[in-house]
Amino acid sequence: MIYLDHAATTPLSPEVRAAIEPFLGESFGNPSSRHPLGVEAARAIERAREQIAFALGALDPERIYFTAGGTEANNLGVLGAARTRKRKGRHLLLGPTEHPSVRAAVQALESSGFEKEMLALRPGGALDLERAKQSLRNDTVLVAQMAVNNEFGSRYPIEELSELVRRNAPNAHLHVDAVQAIGKIPLSLLELNPDSLALSGHKLHGLKGAGALVLREEVRLTPLVFGGGQEGDVRPGTENVVGIVALGAAVESAVRVVEGTHGRLGDLRKKLAAELSALPGCELLAPDGGGPGGLSPAIAAVRMPGPPAEVWMHHLEQLGVYTSVGSACQSRTKRVSPGLSALGLDERSGRQVLRFSFSTTTSADEIRGAGAALFRVAGELRVRVS
Amino acid sequence: MKLPVYLDYQATTPVDPRVLETMLPYFSDDFGNAASRNHSFGWSAESAVTKAREQIASLIGASPKEIIFTSGSTEAINLAIKGTAQMYGSKGKHIITSLAEHKAVLDTCKHIEKLGFEVTYLKPDKAGRVGVEKVAEAIREDTILVALIWANNEVGTLNPIREIGALCHERDTLFFTDATQAVGKVAVDVEKDNVDMLCLSAHKIYGPKGTGAFYVRRRKPRVRLVAQIDGGGHERGMRSGTLNVPGIVGLGRACEICEAELEEEMARAAELRDYLEEKIRAELDMVHLNGHEKHHLPGNLNLSFSYVEGESLLMGMDDVAVSSGSACTSASLEPSHVLRSMDVGDDLAHSSIRFGIGRFTTKEEVDYAADKLIAAVKRLRQMSPLYEMALEGIDPSSVDWQGGH
Repeated sequence: MIYLDHAATTPLSPEVRAAIEPFLGESFGNPSSRHPLGVEAARAIERAREQIAFALGALDPERIYFTAGGTEANNLGVLGAARTRKRKGRHLLLGPTEHPSVRAAVQALESSGFEKEMLALRPGGALDLERAKQSLRNDTVLVAQMAVNNEFGSRYPIEELSELVRRNAPNAHLHVDAVQAIGKIPLSLLELNPDSLALSGHKLHGLKGAGALVLREEVRLTPLVFGGGQEGDVRPGTENVVGIVALGAAVESAVRVVEGTHGRLGDLRKKLAAELSALPGCELLAPDGGGPGGLSPAIAAVRMPGPPAEVWMHHLEQLGVYTSVGSACQSRTKRVSPGLSALGLDERSGRQVLRFSFSTTTSADEIRGAGAALFRVAGELRVRVS
Repeated sequence: MKLPVYLDYQATTPVDPRVLETMLPYFSDDFGNAASRNHSFGWSAESAVTKAREQIASLIGASPKEIIFTSGSTEAINLAIKGTAQMYGSKGKHIITSLAEHKAVLDTCKHIEKLGFEVTYLKPDKAGRVGVEKVAEAIREDTILVALIWANNEVGTLNPIREIGALCHERDTLFFTDATQAVGKVAVDVEKDNVDMLCLSAHKIYGPKGTGAFYVRRRKPRVRLVAQIDGGGHERGMRSGTLNVPGIVGLGRACEICEAELEEEMARAAELRDYLEEKIRAELDMVHLNGHEKHHLPGNLNLSFSYVEGESLLMGMDDVAVSSGSACTSASLEPSHVLRSMDVGDDLAHSSIRFGIGRFTTKEEVDYAADKLIAAVKRLRQMSPLYEMALEGIDPSSVDWQGGH
């Protein structure tokens, strides 16, 4: 099997697996219990909080709030911030290629009286900062913009956007979905300077069911869930100790080697591009989002020749090569995603986009294998090859 | 015997090795995203999730289509109460619950009160039970939801769910029950028990933390809810987010084991619980049961000890993991709101100890815990002048301590 769908999910790494081992068995306490088993669990959670805080740039661990994953973290960031600030205004700015968990949250706000305006991409795929500047207002209470796009890997200029937001929209909360960015590209939270930032464990060789929202100091959110007081009442409920321990270990180990990872993934992406060059008609989309480096090396979106990408995907799958069409969350709908259409692709071209996504566990051999499989599928599909 | 002795099964339970074994492949080999319909990897994750849905549905007598996965009961409770309020708010703005509910229910109710809903908090009887007649008196034309706990997490009292459910159906009101402590411990059947919505949590039934299930009735009546977490449209649009596949697989297996072993486990837990109570009462006087003599969870025993201070008592039992009050409120020194609602005085509430007996509890452990407790209570009472007075037949609470000096 050659798994090239790491933007959808990743396997648990042996390192993370070792970290969670005690908490799968002997150390099973409820972190709210006051006996030693409970205290042990509570300590493990605090350690995970410190690991993440340290990995993201030595912030105060108290600013990390654990959630059930990226979707909940995005919901909490968007809904929590807008509802807290609703007296300051009702204007929302939504990034052009946001994940459904951000878009749907904004949609929910719209139905309760908020006004949505879209940010846009310039031709070529860069975030239009000029237009963003014009759209920012005194009554803008939320700006939601992802750091790295999940479908084609564009890296957006959060650093510059946050400066614009601070300067032109003093009441706005900047929420950044960093689910595809953390551990893949070097980031400085200090430079990104968001009010909230969402991350997810299972995209980083951690576990499904655990994510986090990182809040800027002094930022208050209206919780989505009410209950027993855990996570400073921002996100109550018995903590998913195993998932949180995994998240801490996953973020720590991914960020520790992120510089190397970034280079390695870049090499893999180049290798894939070389393999693709043997297949005429393939077009590697490389939309420079306008952020540092322009693109995440972890994702390669390719416009395939001939039949829709879904057909390619199923043929590749028969040969044990796993790729994807659109994002996993999009795969239930047949429409072209808002992200691809923001990029200027029409419905037909949008359907031709196949996504390859890599991780540190991906080898050069696998890319060669994928190249060979692509070549074979091209033959099966009678796509003309040179 | 391993120390500490764990008798806190209502706070959380260890993962059953059989459950863990079922989960492990989904950590590494079968790690697909259940929403990746594209490749066989995602398919394998999806079929594992489907199987878990069936296992959960089977335990509670539901159809698999009626099961929604959540991150746990707190999330499900929020979805049940806020989701109902938002969906049916135009029909009525009245909700009924009780003072003995879990914090998640009470906090959520407090929140919706701010949004213009009216909540009636029923007071339970001294045993912690909410009678069907109390609910009947409180239901009004504009009541859209009755939310009551099935088995109380602190005192283990079982509410008359079936009767209350029947009443709600008769009066055309939705009925939600927090069954976090009941599922897998007593027989639960959403059809026979007339339940419209029910939540359960994996980590209370030997599954992993961070996973729960929420039952939402599809027929007679069809319950509709406004989602609280949006995006991606997973779980019938009621709860979005990548499914926690290993957690869900674990929850499914945990339910399967509970279903297969329910009768046997109920009998075993009840026997150990009764044995513990008898052993304590044989050695100690002035012991009060917090809870119901008959309608209680098989594995729960909540006792208060007159003339003993709770914190000192806990410290005297340092290698026995028990809890005073529920885990979720144990960070505060406030007496438990559940005991208060049952009119247990502050002194007795402070000396309450919850013993939670579960699947892996042995008689040897119960003996050890009982001996520790008995010794600690005796030692503390030896130092207590109040206890001495009580033994002499003087009620210390009747003494006027200020007077005469």
